[in-house]
Amino acid sequence: MGIDPVTLIVALITVSTPVLLAAIGELVVEKTGVLNLGVEGMMVTGAVMGFVVAVNTGSPTLGFLAGMASGVALSLIFGVLTQVLLSNQVATGLALTLFGLGLSALLGVGYPGSTPPAVSDPFPAAMAEIPVVGPILFGHSMITYVSVLLVAAVWYVLGYTKTGLIIRAVGENHDAAHALGYKVIRIRLMAIMFGGACAGLGGAFLSIVRVQNWVDGMTAGAGWIALALVVFASWKPWRALLGAYLFGGVTALQLRLQAAGINIPVEILAMSPYLITIVVLVIMSSDRSRAALNAPAALGKVFHATG
Amino acid sequence: MLRLEKRPSPSKGWIAATPVLAVVLTMIAGGLMFAVLGKNPFEAIRIIFWDPLFHESFAAYSRPQLLVKAGPLILIAIGLSLGFRAGVWNIGAEGQYIMGAIAGASFGLAFYPSESPLIFPGMIIAGAFGGWAWSMIPAILKTRFRTNEILVSLLLVYVAEKILASAAVGFLRNPEGSGFPGSRNLSRIESMNNPELIPGTGMHWGVVLAFIAVIAAYVLLNKHLLGYQIKLAGQAPRAARFAGVNPNRLIVLCLGVSGALAGLAGLFEVSGPAGQISIDFNVGYGFTAIIVAFLGRLHPIGILLAGLLMALTYIGGELAQLMLQIPAPAIQAFQGMLLFFLLAVDVLSSFRIRFKKERVA
Amino acid sequence: MTGTPLLSINNVTKAYPGVVANSDVSFQIQPGEIHALLGENGAGKSTLVKMIYGLVRPDSGSMTFLGAPFAPPEPRVARSTGVAMVFQHFSLFEALNVAENIALGMENPPPQRDLAMRIREVSEAYGLPLDPDRLVGDLSAGERQRVEIIRCLLQDPKLLIMDEPTSVLTPQEVEILFHTLRKLAAEGTSILYISHKLEEIRTLCDEATILRLGKVVGKCTPRDTSASEMAELMVGKSLATPARDNADLGEVILKVSGLSVEPSNPFGTPLRHIGIELCAGEVLGIGGVAGNGQDELLAALSGEVTTAPGTVTLNKVPIGDKGPNDRRDMGILCAPEERLGHAAAPDMSLVENALLTARQRKGLAKRGFVNWGATRGYAEAVIADFDVRTPGPDNAARSLSGGNLQKFVIGREILQDPQILVVNQPTWGVDASAAADIRQAILNLAQKGAGVIVISQDLDELLEISDNFAALNEGRLSNVRATRDLTMETIGLMLGGAHDMHDLDEEAIHAEA
Repeated sequence: MGIDPVTLIVALITVSTPVLLAAIGELVVEKTGVLNLGVEGMMVTGAVMGFVVAVNTGSPTLGFLAGMASGVALSLIFGVLTQVLLSNQVATGLALTLFGLGLSALLGVGYPGSTPPAVSDPFPAAMAEIPVVGPILFGHSMITYVSVLLVAAVWYVLGYTKTGLIIRAVGENHDAAHALGYKVIRIRLMAIMFGGACAGLGGAFLSIVRVQNWVDGMTAGAGWIALALVVFASWKPWRALLGAYLFGGVTALQLRLQAAGINIPVEILAMSPYLITIVVLVIMSSDRSRAALNAPAALGKVFHATG
Repeated sequence: MLRLEKRPSPSKGWIAATPVLAVVLTMIAGGLMFAVLGKNPFEAIRIIFWDPLFHESFAAYSRPQLLVKAGPLILIAIGLSLGFRAGVWNIGAEGQYIMGAIAGASFGLAFYPSESPLIFPGMIIAGAFGGWAWSMIPAILKTRFRTNEILVSLLLVYVAEKILASAAVGFLRNPEGSGFPGSRNLSRIESMNNPELIPGTGMHWGVVLAFIAVIAAYVLLNKHLLGYQIKLAGQAPRAARFAGVNPNRLIVLCLGVSGALAGLAGLFEVSGPAGQISIDFNVGYGFTAIIVAFLGRLHPIGILLAGLLMALTYIGGELAQLMLQIPAPAIQAFQGMLLFFLLAVDVLSSFRIRFKKERVA
Repeated sequence: MTGTPLLSINNVTKAYPGVVANSDVSFQIQPGEIHALLGENGAGKSTLVKMIYGLVRPDSGSMTFLGAPFAPPEPRVARSTGVAMVFQHFSLFEALNVAENIALGMENPPPQRDLAMRIREVSEAYGLPLDPDRLVGDLSAGERQRVEIIRCLLQDPKLLIMDEPTSVLTPQEVEILFHTLRKLAAEGTSILYISHKLEEIRTLCDEATILRLGKVVGKCTPRDTSASEMAELMVGKSLATPARDNADLGEVILKVSGLSVEPSNPFGTPLRHIGIELCAGEVLGIGGVAGNGQDELLAALSGEVTTAPGTVTLNKVPIGDKGPNDRRDMGILCAPEERLGHAAAPDMSLVENALLTARQRKGLAKRGFVNWGATRGYAEAVIADFDVRTPGPDNAARSLSGGNLQKFVIGREILQDPQILVVNQPTWGVDASAAADIRQAILNLAQKGAGVIVISQDLDELLEISDNFAALNEGRLSNVRATRDLTMETIGLMLGGAHDMHDLDEEAIHAEA
């Protein structure tokens, strides 16, 4: 069949990076009790802004920063609307996605086909050439390592620091947290901005490193997959990593199967990541046990401080 | 410091005023956006909102387009609004629209070249069925497995798009089309087309159905027990169960109705204005309808007006593209802004804004 | 006791739109004193206490703490000054464990392991043992209160404020709490004890300040004052005790047997083999501290939770598998505890809320179409008959005060002429005169031959209006006893006694009592 497992694994890690970044950001946001459906809009805007800035300045680092900044800016709109003006979280998140898709298409006019500056890898090429282990562990772009480090950082902070405890408390019972004197709105806004930065970075990685081009709507639902991943992960950071890599694996595999000319229609292969995500969601939600309780109890509820 | 004080009862005055305020704010913000793009903002706003209706030269061409574009938006939005009121979030109307079109077109083309007068009615039923069936997937998953319908219905949009691609180049491809992708042109086939009923108005069967849907929804929500139960379930789910409302029945009903209506919109579109099943015949009505539903405050009459307004922005946008070279996606951004502003000013209908100074004890 | 008072409140006033919560309030608390703040629901106790704790700022007036000006801008400052508060509605996080919950309420919590050890030490020392690793969601209401108390005690407070603490405790648990509070007072900590329970205040407190409608209407030494004197000051008038003419009971109309239900949410209480026999004209009181299955029992009786057909029978007809609407048709109506969100939809008008439960019995919908005229008429009848204070039936349910909404909710059920009425916490948070009206309405209903089940945490209320009494404890129902045969102690035992609390010194408690 001609599919090399090592290159498959390397590819899946690369494919997974944008989704993983978006998912870990959204995980923190949801842990504080906010559901931001605008991830797709923030990712795609991060992709276009990152690409545009990278092409115009020749610096991929500036591109990544621009991607993050645009994610933060968009997420702030969502944050102000939902936390200060108390708008419905579902509608506002959707508005963010629709706006982001339109805005990104607008900003990206004229850029498809441009070449972004190349991003150098952090580890020397010699290490990346060690058979099997080399490419898998050492052959990746900087941002991919950042994404894994971010997962570790989020896991540590959420589980072992006072900040993490406060985040969990706010998501569990925002009225109690407020009664105890914690600034619920401020904490949520900061989490929302963090989520925006992660999604924007994921998008920028997609356009600058993985695809190295800008195309309208190039995220193709990655933001929605990220949301599904947070559910799959039961709001636990390492499970989000697992889920992202599984999703990346399916995506990378189906692309290779398409190229290998296997006897399954292209469209069905292209559908498979989405269908598999649906199946995973069903399995997770039908699980009535305590594990399913990891959902922050205040998720999606509007917080209005009285008195 | 800004303080929000909850009103004892939602303010009826503000509920009506907020969409108007949102439109005005969007015009201002949109104008700024156009100015940044290097275009004259006043001219742009005029071209988008005024010219399509009243310009001496091309209003005659663009006015009929209003109903053509508004019809599917209103039809889909009415279905969505029932679900949104009940707390059932059907975000995948675009997918149900596609599947309805495919189902209806498949039915019709299966009988080609028959001239039977039963074909078009059959296509309509098939279209409704296609959309309904596609929405039943999230419905069943939610009622049986408690799976979130937002993500499922959305992911199914991507799946539907792949099926559409497969249809356009595969099972529905026109055998006499010289190998090009796309089905036969249904609007040119007598037994299958969805013609303009009154010349010059753009009114086709889909538009007629949209008006009927508005009236039916109005009656349902205000006079019928089911409408009451829908509102109750969305506002106070525990009270709804106390009142004996079966939540699963409601979920299946809301998703089913919105799926069927979206499927019908797709069928009418593909047999009328769009003409054929092609890879990109769907232009995002399923998503824009969400904006229409909220802009219309989930109220049937509001949706009617919001649908017309949105259609106006589509047509005006096309005009602005032509006349001022404003890029097409600007209109989508504009529509997104509209929803943002609506959500922002909506706070005024439930809360009063108070400016408070810090006090010293 | 003279000398610098610990806390001095001087002419404090606070107003909200439409209501003056506190008006020119002044009093003092000495170190080591247990001071009661007495008043009805709505008297202004909560607002006053929120100002002491820094959640709310007074509009005018001043406070001093140990002689220095005291105006905390937020709870953190109040805590660091030495004020700790145990709220009536706990600020706890169910999915987190005891240690994490306590850490969240502290300024500089020690590392988890040290904290766990300190929790064990302190809780044992004060007779309120706690396991730091248990999830709060798994704890009973009394145990949750312990978490709140220990959280306060770990900060070494000078003033401990307790807001209606005994509403969630059995009589034995109340004894132990009082013992703990006396120990604290003896060590120099002052206690500000907010309550409307007169006998408790007379047992525990040194001094009392009485509030009515936001003003101080009296100060007294509870030990030297009778309960009825304090009650009159609190309420401002003498209340007619609800009464009814005869208590002849008819046939058994409602029978529940072997009712066992698993809770629908993970932190709920399972019901175990509940058995009830209710006669026509009988008022059955079911007492119990919150969290012992009251909501679940009401849901099983209203039809929101269905069971095997034979578990619930009405006039010998099995209805266990029927939903709420079928049960309404057959004459069994319910009024749940949560007014806004369960019994009524907060944003809907009273007319729309009337339709919520009265549709069947009042024929308000024909072939699916709602007769809004008739519905409005019914809403207006309820408002008139039950003296519901509201500008009109088109006002949203949430615009009504707690008492008025409760009158509407109960009236809506009573005017439908039920055979059986089940109410959960009929007068919780309701002002005294509305509460008296509601209790009288319940008695009148029983008088007409209906059977009534009253589920309540308020034992005084149940003793007043019920013919028979049973206790609900951890999902199990005790045997039913005639109310007139009961004493507080027996009731306490029926309610299950204290949960694993131990006394510091058994003899000391009995000597003090």
